[in-house]
Amino acid sequence: MKKLSARRRHPLAAVVVLLFALAVTGGLYAAFAPAESAKADDSAQSLAIEEGKKLYAVGCASCHGTGAQGTSDGPSLVGVGAAAVDFQVATGRMPMQQQGAQAPRKKPVYTQAQIDQLAAYISSLGAGPAAPTKDQYSPEGADVAKGGELFRLNCSQCHNFTGKGGALSNGKFAPNLEGVNPKHIYEAMQTGPQNMPSFPDSVLSQKNKKDIVAYLDEVNSSKSESPGGLGLGGFGPVSEGLFAWVFGLGALIAVAIWVAARTAKAKKS
Amino acid sequence: MSTADTTTTRAGAQGRKAPAGERVADWADGRLGIYTLAKGGMRKIFPDHWSFMLGEVCLYSFLIIILTGVYLTLFFHPSMNEVVYHGSYVPMQGVRMSEAFKSTLDISFDVRGGLLIRQIHHWAALVFIAGMMVHMMRVFFTGAFRKPREINWLFGFLLLVLGTFTGFTGYSLPDDLLSGTGVRIADGLVMSIPLVGTYISFYLFGGEFPGTDFVSRFYSIHILLLPGIMLGLVVGHLILVFYHKHTQFAGPGRTNKNVVGMPLMPVYMAKAGGFFFLVFGIIAAISAIATINPVWELGPYRPDQVSTNAQPDWYLGMSEGLFRIMPGWEISFAGHTLVLGVFIPLLVFGAVLTIMAVYPFIESWVTGDKREHHILDRPRNAPTRTAFGVAWLTLYGVALMAGGNDLWATHFHLSVNSVTWFVRISFFVGPVLAFIATRRICMGLQRRDKDKVLHGRESGIIKRLPHGEFVEVHEPLTQEQLHTLTAHEQPRPLALEPEVDENGVVRKVKGTQKLRVRLSKSYYGEDRYVPKATAKEYQEITSGHGHH
Amino acid sequence: MSSQDIPEETLPSKQGEAHEGAVAVAGDPFADPGLPPHEHRIQDIDERAAKRSERAVAFMFTLSMLATIGFIAAYLAIPVDKNIYVFPIGHVSAMNFTLGLTLGVALFLIGAGAVHWARTLMSDVEHIDERHPIEAPSEVRAKVIADFHQGAAESAMGRRKLIRNSMFGALSLLPLSGVFLLGGLSKAPGTKLRHTAWGKGKRLVNQNTNQPLRPEDIQVGSLTFAMPEGMKEEDHDFQNQIAKAALMLVRLRPENIKDKKELDWSVDGIVAFSKICTHVGCPINLYEQQTHHVLCPCHQSTFDLSDGGRVVFGPAGHALPQLRIKVNDKGYLEAMGDFQEPVGPAFWERG
Repeated sequence: MKKLSARRRHPLAAVVVLLFALAVTGGLYAAFAPAESAKADDSAQSLAIEEGKKLYAVGCASCHGTGAQGTSDGPSLVGVGAAAVDFQVATGRMPMQQQGAQAPRKKPVYTQAQIDQLAAYISSLGAGPAAPTKDQYSPEGADVAKGGELFRLNCSQCHNFTGKGGALSNGKFAPNLEGVNPKHIYEAMQTGPQNMPSFPDSVLSQKNKKDIVAYLDEVNSSKSESPGGLGLGGFGPVSEGLFAWVFGLGALIAVAIWVAARTAKAKKS
Repeated sequence: MSTADTTTTRAGAQGRKAPAGERVADWADGRLGIYTLAKGGMRKIFPDHWSFMLGEVCLYSFLIIILTGVYLTLFFHPSMNEVVYHGSYVPMQGVRMSEAFKSTLDISFDVRGGLLIRQIHHWAALVFIAGMMVHMMRVFFTGAFRKPREINWLFGFLLLVLGTFTGFTGYSLPDDLLSGTGVRIADGLVMSIPLVGTYISFYLFGGEFPGTDFVSRFYSIHILLLPGIMLGLVVGHLILVFYHKHTQFAGPGRTNKNVVGMPLMPVYMAKAGGFFFLVFGIIAAISAIATINPVWELGPYRPDQVSTNAQPDWYLGMSEGLFRIMPGWEISFAGHTLVLGVFIPLLVFGAVLTIMAVYPFIESWVTGDKREHHILDRPRNAPTRTAFGVAWLTLYGVALMAGGNDLWATHFHLSVNSVTWFVRISFFVGPVLAFIATRRICMGLQRRDKDKVLHGRESGIIKRLPHGEFVEVHEPLTQEQLHTLTAHEQPRPLALEPEVDENGVVRKVKGTQKLRVRLSKSYYGEDRYVPKATAKEYQEITSGHGHH
Repeated sequence: MSSQDIPEETLPSKQGEAHEGAVAVAGDPFADPGLPPHEHRIQDIDERAAKRSERAVAFMFTLSMLATIGFIAAYLAIPVDKNIYVFPIGHVSAMNFTLGLTLGVALFLIGAGAVHWARTLMSDVEHIDERHPIEAPSEVRAKVIADFHQGAAESAMGRRKLIRNSMFGALSLLPLSGVFLLGGLSKAPGTKLRHTAWGKGKRLVNQNTNQPLRPEDIQVGSLTFAMPEGMKEEDHDFQNQIAKAALMLVRLRPENIKDKKELDWSVDGIVAFSKICTHVGCPINLYEQQTHHVLCPCHQSTFDLSDGGRVVFGPAGHALPQLRIKVNDKGYLEAMGDFQEPVGPAFWERG
């Protein structure tokens, strides 16, 4: 007891308490903060209805209108095509949880079969880009280097060199493309979801798109190589600078403290 | 053991031969006079404190950069000739690029150990400049820049500035998409300079941007011109450190007229020499673990391509931030354009750095203090200086933060516009708040020191007195501690001479003199310090009712 | 059993007990008590502890040797293109990882050994060096000043003004040759910044496919990059030309175009804007198709492509230049001339 209370008054006690408090606060925040990917609405799962139209009437019509003609809460879906439906619903962006600057990626609510039914219904309202076939988006047989050049010309301005994502105006952002299904990347280029511009086949050919998908598969997937070591998020000099200060200079100062500290003295008992 | 005392001198060497080492030393002494040099230097005393080693971090990372840089020149081709890549990195095969970029890929993928040396070079550069910043702050906050060390402060400042430019030219050499964008920005900044901007840009790039010359021009600046000047400055900096002898913190036995510590030979040879290996080892390990500037991911430079996260290395992050928060002011008149939106941040960048360079001269003018100072101040005992330093750091930090506003936005789910607005406001408000808060904290710490001196250290032990009262036992300080806490000076501010002299003649007081007195008051005035405990106060308390 | 329990009599001679430099004034509780007496480390009084330190230092130096051997072995044995998976770092170059770690360990242990040696085995008795004023004593000062005056007088510098003045003249003129030599760095800017590769009748070529563009290729909400026809990546001045000519094309609904001139210069809502930011020249093409804003990734200047390229946020000083386009009789998009103002960052002569 005596020891503890004596230590409580140690000059460094306040620092230790502060660090501890910060760690606890941070930990609690991490534990209780609303998760990025909102939980999928289970009740939607139970509403397994065979027909896309019925699915639509339940899950989509409140914002997009009963005939998909659009309302003040959601755009018209007439003519957006199956590719757009597949992208939006299969990446969990739709149905949207709440209105915001941008619908984020989250766990999809519908099964692929249901999504296909929804897509069929929307396509029946007006022609649009069809969902790509596996052959179109599979990285096999693509020119990765050409994909890289096209990526740097068309995509990296928003999504960063290797597709790690970046900021847009007023809280919007270009998402990280790591772990995104190649099919969805292809569909995003076709349809231009939300604020992303589209790259229709007339300006970015199917082969071009396939090359881009292959490039991303090469540089931004779980099997991507990072020869130099930790990629530090791939954000360039900001994370490198932070790392140099915290771990580089931090380690050097820790060592300097050891070098300059007095060696323990022998205490006579 | 005792051989040192009985070694033969040159005069006595006729009897028996001196050891070979001594004979070599004698030979060299006859030509170079090394004994005279070693007399003062070999057992030179250096005080021990971790913060005194920050400068060594810089010195050693500078040496590491030179060593690895020489190695890199063996493989790097500073040429902007276009070639098509056919090397071993698949995602670049068939891509058009400059030879500079290709040779950087070759160093990274085909030279054995080349990637490691590249990464050591770049990591060491980041650590070098970060080390210089921290070293400079140590010198600033402890007042080590005061007479006689003002010139060495300037040397150090120049090293920081030149290090920044050397870093920028080096970062630009691989001619990758990120660095090319940086060079493009630098070109835009240069062009904003009134009257001569366009010409400077053209003469820098050998014509229109990007041209085919800048890599080779930056190369000679990066590997020859700037490092050459820096090497000279480093040598001068070290000679002055030796010549002035190191500063020390106040403490028992430490006065303004001595320096207490360990001798260069052997302790500091081992510690400082060993520290070089420690620094190199840590940077090598970092280079094994973490990648830096992976140019193969960035791709070759094309003026019509760009990536988000377009930032310079951290040491230019402050200037990057200034350009990001500036509103787009532009004035066109009589066929000319004044690009204030770019030119003002350029000037502010220079001013933020320059104010630090000239600070020692401002302080010595304000305080009128012309004495030599070898005992360091504790930051709390110089509240105005400390507050100024913290305000400067706040300004720097705010601008640095603005340099990464897009990453703050994406990582904390904020709007990049709000971050920019936040920084625009903090740029003006932050330093002021920091100044006020720091000065108050310093006063609080001074007050605490005084309490400690008078009442001892709170031990955390609670005692119950016979009549039931609980008190905390205060341990009295040792005399060493008492001396250390009271060793600092508390100078009085300058006073204006009376406006009417003793003969009744009104004299004119110059405006600068008035300003000087006002500033002096803000340094040393009544409410700028807590009067030190006096011996009388101490004796009254200790002899009276004892400590409670 | 603790090596700290050392009987008093085994202590070596007590050094530094004399309170060096003590200036204690009786009655002043804050007086400098002088350097405290030297306290011994365990290693100073216990030879076993000292031996332990010695072995620790030697162990570190030996490990360093092994690490260096490891470095050489790795250099010789590992193929330069081999990648390995290291948890939690990822797929890294085996060479870089092994060389870096062995080199780091070899270096670090030399340093750690030397420092441990210094800290535990070398004497840790503090020494005092006296300081001497930096400035010279007054007699030295007087001597130097007198010498200088004598030297100056002997040179007759002050007396023979003709020599002095002509010498200063020659020395100050000479550096001008150096300034003129720098003239070779470039030719004067001329009007280069005012012209791009665009011109009347030049078709807009899609940079992805290298095919000339037709209006129907470009949909509302899409983003397309174009360069002038006839320009090739292989051209020797491609980089210089594309730095000014880079173009982005978007299609808006004509009713969404707020600026009349912009509408006049468009084709069915297809507008062509310079891709080079008017702030400091980054390619600016973070196009948000719902807001019609483009954002610059370098300094976040934001331009409204539905309102004449006007700046809506950030440090850019003027609107993005628009290229006037039309459809030719073959159905391709073509420029009706060059940009009517300089593209890219502003400069003094821009006006």
